Amino acid sequence: MGFFFEVLIGGLLSGVLYSLVALGFVLIYKASGVFNFAQGAMVFFAALTFVGFQEVLPGWTGLDADSNVVFWLAFVLALAAMIVLGILTEKVVLRPLVNQPHITLFMATIGLTFLVEGIAQALWGANVRGLSLGIADEPVEWIMESADILVSKFDLFAATLAGALVASLALFFQYTKVGRALRAVADDHQAALSIGIPLQHIWAIVWAVAGFVALVAGLIWGARSGVQFALTFTALKALPVLILGGFTSVPGAIVGGLIIGASEKLAEVYIGPFVGGGIEGWFPYVLALGFLLIRPEGLFGERHIDRV
Amino acid sequence: MLYREAGQFKVSYQEDQQIFPIRQDRVGFIAILGFFFLAVPLVASEYWLQAILIPVLIFSLAAIGLNILTGYAGQLSLGSAAFMAVGAFGAYNFMLRVDGMPFLVALAIGGLCAAVVGVAFGLPSLRIKGFYLAVATLAAQFFIVWALVKFPWFSNNSSSGVISAQQIEILGFAFDTPVSKYLLTLGIVAVLALAAKNLVRSTTGRSWMAVRDMDVAAEVIGIRPMFAKLSAFAVSSFYCGVAGALYAYAYLGTVEPEGFNLDLSFKILFMIIIGGVGSIMGSFLGAAFIVLLPIFLNVAMHALFAGSMPAGLGSNLELIIFGGLIIFFLIVEPHGLARLWQIGKEKLRLWPFPH
Amino acid sequence: MKLKHTALIGAAVAGLLATGHAAAQEQFIGLPSYRVGPFGANGASLYGGWIDYMAMINARDGGINGVKLTWEECETEYNNARGVECYERLKTKGATGNTVFQPLSTGITYSVLEKVAQDKIPMVTIGYGRTDAADGRVFPWVFPMISTYWTQASAIINYLGTKEGGIDKLKGKKIGLLYHDSAYGKESHAILDKLAAKHGFTVEKIAVANPGNEQQAQWLQIRQMKPDYVILWGWGVMNPTALRTAAKTGYSRDKIVGVWWSGSEEDTIPAGDAAKGYTAAGFNVAGTNYPVVQEIQKHVYAKNAGNMADKDRVGSVLYNRGVVHGIITVEAIRKAQEKYGKGKPVTGEQARWGFENLDIDNARLTQLGAAGFMPDLKITCADHEGAGKVKFQQWDGTKWKVVTDWIQGDQSVVRPMIEESAAAYAKEKGITPRDCSKES
Repeated sequence: MGFFFEVLIGGLLSGVLYSLVALGFVLIYKASGVFNFAQGAMVFFAALTFVGFQEVLPGWTGLDADSNVVFWLAFVLALAAMIVLGILTEKVVLRPLVNQPHITLFMATIGLTFLVEGIAQALWGANVRGLSLGIADEPVEWIMESADILVSKFDLFAATLAGALVASLALFFQYTKVGRALRAVADDHQAALSIGIPLQHIWAIVWAVAGFVALVAGLIWGARSGVQFALTFTALKALPVLILGGFTSVPGAIVGGLIIGASEKLAEVYIGPFVGGGIEGWFPYVLALGFLLIRPEGLFGERHIDRV
Repeated sequence: MLYREAGQFKVSYQEDQQIFPIRQDRVGFIAILGFFFLAVPLVASEYWLQAILIPVLIFSLAAIGLNILTGYAGQLSLGSAAFMAVGAFGAYNFMLRVDGMPFLVALAIGGLCAAVVGVAFGLPSLRIKGFYLAVATLAAQFFIVWALVKFPWFSNNSSSGVISAQQIEILGFAFDTPVSKYLLTLGIVAVLALAAKNLVRSTTGRSWMAVRDMDVAAEVIGIRPMFAKLSAFAVSSFYCGVAGALYAYAYLGTVEPEGFNLDLSFKILFMIIIGGVGSIMGSFLGAAFIVLLPIFLNVAMHALFAGSMPAGLGSNLELIIFGGLIIFFLIVEPHGLARLWQIGKEKLRLWPFPH
Repeated sequence: MKLKHTALIGAAVAGLLATGHAAAQEQFIGLPSYRVGPFGANGASLYGGWIDYMAMINARDGGINGVKLTWEECETEYNNARGVECYERLKTKGATGNTVFQPLSTGITYSVLEKVAQDKIPMVTIGYGRTDAADGRVFPWVFPMISTYWTQASAIINYLGTKEGGIDKLKGKKIGLLYHDSAYGKESHAILDKLAAKHGFTVEKIAVANPGNEQQAQWLQIRQMKPDYVILWGWGVMNPTALRTAAKTGYSRDKIVGVWWSGSEEDTIPAGDAAKGYTAAGFNVAGTNYPVVQEIQKHVYAKNAGNMADKDRVGSVLYNRGVVHGIITVEAIRKAQEKYGKGKPVTGEQARWGFENLDIDNARLTQLGAAGFMPDLKITCADHEGAGKVKFQQWDGTKWKVVTDWIQGDQSVVRPMIEESAAAYAKEKGITPRDCSKES
């Protein structure tokens, strides 16, 4: 039974990381109706920019490479880069495409994926780099000793960070003026415009926030498996979370992530051996698909009624 | 001047409903066919045939398949490459396991296998719509590739999971030179494209478009959405399957399941978006554009900056320009190359007079 | 807009048609490289090393007997269709056409496998590609050199045997195989099953879905199974993730042995401290302290002409692997020139003879400055593999350290499997294997 819980807890903690990437999708979809496939590339771009600055800053400023100052300076610079990227994307790519069919917008974000990947690697090179957040990825001892269940310190830290991020975003949307405006935009673009909400402002802010989320996701994923091109694949882990939780629901992304993370790990361990393993690639999609067949509106979506 | 329909009267419904109602279109169509069937094999080099024309034709066929599903029936799919894989592995196994299987029959069976799988993965479309469906079709993409790698039966127990396509032979004639492979591919693609063109003008095609535009309304006027959607999935997957089989037999010769990955699916989606959603002609233009653009960029990069640029930067620049051009193109012409073609025809109608 | 497109396409056509402008006394080598995409980092180091070696030969020796080497890269993005296009594009360039095709991608290898025989261009796949092509009687044009995957698997088992103090000590042991769930990863199955039956150990196969950036489930399973060793048969991001997850689940890294595609700096650096103590196989070793690498630094980098954007990567495992590609290519051309005329560029067909009669013994390796850097090898008509041995290196936290001498794979197991598989292919394709006693 200990093993079952070990897998379950490991899966839930991984799931939080999927949620983190899914969150970036949800923010943008909610505000502007764009299914932003470039979110994975943004995660890659953010992490690469961060380690890139970490590498060059000591040379520029004469600071010690391991110092906290360099870390936070790199963080701020990477964040600035992400905000610029987000605002540029909104201005150059999406604004001219307003009112185009969803699929055209979707394709534009795939074009953006190539663009962002190319820029990231042209700027910083294709080298694979390590990234350390200063937290060792090892089991928490007292849980190990008392229950013989393995829980990683790093995963706990990452999950806490992700949880804090989601909570602060929720507060931001609930209680600030910008947040209220954003919810209004999400509800109805035109109504929001007509009561004087600066739509393009809001979009720029949402893209910037999505850039921030991408940076956090990039740091955590980068610390787990190195900063390299494969970070763009994190998007593929987030997609089933999205269909399960709904494209527009922040709590959906969190709960969806937990469900996907836990069930894919349990499936790999308990079903995998019977079919030859390696089912993690498709199992989450099939699970989400099966779920949608029963409940097409997703976990937290509203029931949609079609009218002619 | 040349492209004018004045004086061409249609006196029967049949004439009014023909596939190319304007005489110049008929002439043009025959001229294009003649060009590709007769002139190209004579002048094109082996490089052009093998590296450009054959893949463009095959991708056009896959793009037509996806266009039927997405452009005409309105169901977004990200799993086209997987259906191509089913077609390739289906044709391979029938060729392998049935003695004396004629190639064209195997090709059709490969397409049918893909159609069956396509219908199975199309079932969710009855309840799910839009991007939810698109992401759901990713289930097909990942599951099919996984299954083809996982179960060695599909690849005849090859240790590495690759299949090596048999020699193409029709009525004793071996298609082993680039020219013959090109002509075979062209023939199959031309027939299927014409069939598709006719299909989308038929009752079935019109029911697809009705479902695309508003499925509830379509249901109200008596179209069965289930039949329309599933038939679109079947036909679309059939086309993709045949394209996949040609990809293995006429183009690469040897394929591995991973060759049919998500990137390929996206590429086909790009082709129909750039070419024009809901246009058979656009599928060809889009395929040509997406195949040629990266090659052109690569050649241009080498011609312009050979040796003067740090290694790797050139490849990244190609990627940046490719992404940038896609975005640029979507902004200036969201309806794709087919729309440009149409505008060109409109202009030609008036030329050389302004009105 | 339309006009612009026409102009663009026109320029593309012109560019594609402009081929074959090289002068005589140049040997053209087409490089189907990949510098972007998921494996771009690997491609940059590999092709960097290869290009630098050829540049060094040109700078130091003035080419091969006076024949300058020229090359052109063609970006494949590790994509089969792009690879075929590159193959066709490079095929006719240069005075004598492309000398040799080395795609560094198993997928592309398969895609052009039949074309190379028709076009008479040898294909050399060092450490990847089609394993059974080592039977040169069936595959005259394909050279999976130095060591195949199967030989490597067998060498890893032999290495584990020496660690245990004798191959017979492996009896009753449990070996985990963590493999990339793809055609590449599955290459390991048949050979390990056979070796398990022979030596009496058990193999637990655990698949990791592509791309492999999540391995919690797999390593928890390994923690349950408690295997004595784990063989890591990974690629790309799967490798650092495996090492980190192993650390997380408390599996000792000294008991993990990687294959050569899991044993480069690109795999260990991202894993940080978790990689310390991890061992991997390699048919070449890391380090800049070999004369051949120092020559490159002297003749190429000292003149600021190196191909690597990041000079610190010179001497990395993958860079040195590129140098091995360079050495083998140059030596084969040299060999072919000996037969077909010194100081003249050779054709693909002549280069094939050069590859098939390649004999780089230890004395020659010392002359090349590559003693201990790569194994000695002798290719014959029947055996296109040549060396069949690997060294093992351990990551000490900052660099790879060689821990063994060359370890042979068990050819008594591997070779019959290769011949059986090649014979099956020959039968399927209707190929009559060559009679090697009649080859000169």
